[in-house]
Amino acid sequence: MGKILRWCKSWVLKFTKYWDLLVLLVQRDIKLKYRRSFLGYVWSVLNPLLSMLVMVIVFSTMFKRKIENFPVYLICGNILFSFMREATTKSMTSVIENASLLKKANVPKYIFTLSKVTSSMVNFVLSLGALIIVMIATGVPFRFTNLLIIVPILELYVFCVGLGLFLAAATVFFRDIRNIWGVVTLAWMYMTPIFYSLGSFYDDKAPDKSQAATALGLFIRRYNPMYMYIQQFRYFIINNADVWEVPTPELMWRGAIVAFGALVIGALMFKSIKNKFILYI
Amino acid sequence: MEQIEKSREQGKPCIQIKDASVRFNIAGEKVDNLKEYFIKLVKRELRFKEFYALKDIDLTIRQGESWALIGSNGAGKSTLLKLICGILAPHTGSVKVSGSIAPMIELGAGFDPNLTAKENIFINGAVLGHSRKFMREQYDKIVEFAELRDFMELPIKNYSSGMRARLGFAVATIVDPDILIIDEVLAVGDAKFQEKCRKRIAELLDRGTTLLFVSHAKAPVLELCKNAVWLDHGRIRMTDSPETVYQAYESFLGLEKKEKAEP
Repeated sequence: MGKILRWCKSWVLKFTKYWDLLVLLVQRDIKLKYRRSFLGYVWSVLNPLLSMLVMVIVFSTMFKRKIENFPVYLICGNILFSFMREATTKSMTSVIENASLLKKANVPKYIFTLSKVTSSMVNFVLSLGALIIVMIATGVPFRFTNLLIIVPILELYVFCVGLGLFLAAATVFFRDIRNIWGVVTLAWMYMTPIFYSLGSFYDDKAPDKSQAATALGLFIRRYNPMYMYIQQFRYFIINNADVWEVPTPELMWRGAIVAFGALVIGALMFKSIKNKFILYI
Repeated sequence: MEQIEKSREQGKPCIQIKDASVRFNIAGEKVDNLKEYFIKLVKRELRFKEFYALKDIDLTIRQGESWALIGSNGAGKSTLLKLICGILAPHTGSVKVSGSIAPMIELGAGFDPNLTAKENIFINGAVLGHSRKFMREQYDKIVEFAELRDFMELPIKNYSSGMRARLGFAVATIVDPDILIIDEVLAVGDAKFQEKCRKRIAELLDRGTTLLFVSHAKAPVLELCKNAVWLDHGRIRMTDSPETVYQAYESFLGLEKKEKAEP
């Protein structure tokens, strides 16, 4: 027990020592993202708005089952998923890209991964502006419970850190992950209820409720972490839960467990091979 | 000679390397993608040639000493410096270092080519463990020393190697480090700046900094260093005063040349 405490203490000390580095790296990412762009940070709001518009036009005619507040429904799922995709895609190369800094001094290597997830988070927070605009435009009322979105956001952040650490470490040894990951996230996106609802996997007229869903629907409902975070988030914004959705309190604790699990696995994997990084970058 | 002995007894050991080896796995080719990895795994070709970049290194360096590392290319000098910095972990043995380290290991290491010099100074400082507040206070001093006032808003990718070396040296030596590590990076600076750096290093040495110095030029080594290690194929061949080591090293090089010339 004392050993763990001592380890925690030294970890916190080291983390505070490199806190400024983390801040500078996040600033760097944000600065470089929009350097030499005319509209700059406005893109963080404009981008999700425009892609939402495209998706509304495409999908509102395609699905039979009508989703209430479809534009808000869409943009909620979209900005959360984009955050996850951006955070993981950037963390993946965080170690390789910062080779020159890693070769210079003995800094904690996870700082670089953490900075990528955090700068994506900043971008995500800016894109909440787009959500607010859509809410006002479509007349969705603001409530105090909206603020509870902080729960799924934090859970998703922790989840992304875990996944990012795992990918960053794995990519040092197998660079192909960079190429595969785009396809994986594409498949993942289609398996996440962003532009459709979980209800479309269910048959309303089925006599037995336990057999109402298709296998894919059940799989998504049970095992897709992105569903847990996106549905929680949407529930706090537009209160969209119908009978097919998992109840929100359950999503909250399940999301937390998955996030924590991802963090532990990612961190352990990263820790176990980080000393070999230098030979491969 | 007596003086050296005396200071040796006085200084506390700040770098202790015991039986340290650094091992690299060199595959036939570098396998860094999954397809090749599995093909080789199936074909059972996935054997690694083991290569010791450093083998059984025993070295104790005391506070305030100045050491030169001498040896041919690929002898393990830079690897030893990286081991001391903690960038590389020893495969076997142990490395104990106490005190702050200011490393100047690779030219341009630690610079993001897309960022401006100013932004790079701050990130570099943070990597060395300095706070932003401290860096803001020291910023002018750094720029002054590097003599690059007019180029601070320029991205590093537009810098010449000499300018990078200036910036790197200026950042690394803002505080008096306990251990200063310099690996050849100064060779690209112009004569005037090299002179300035030598002065700064001498100053630091007077104030008790420990120096580890790699250079293929003999003059600065003899000027700055009081001890020398000769590394050959990852092993320590000799430890003595720089004059003695250089004599042995040069005659060894001469010998090698003769051997090659004979047949």
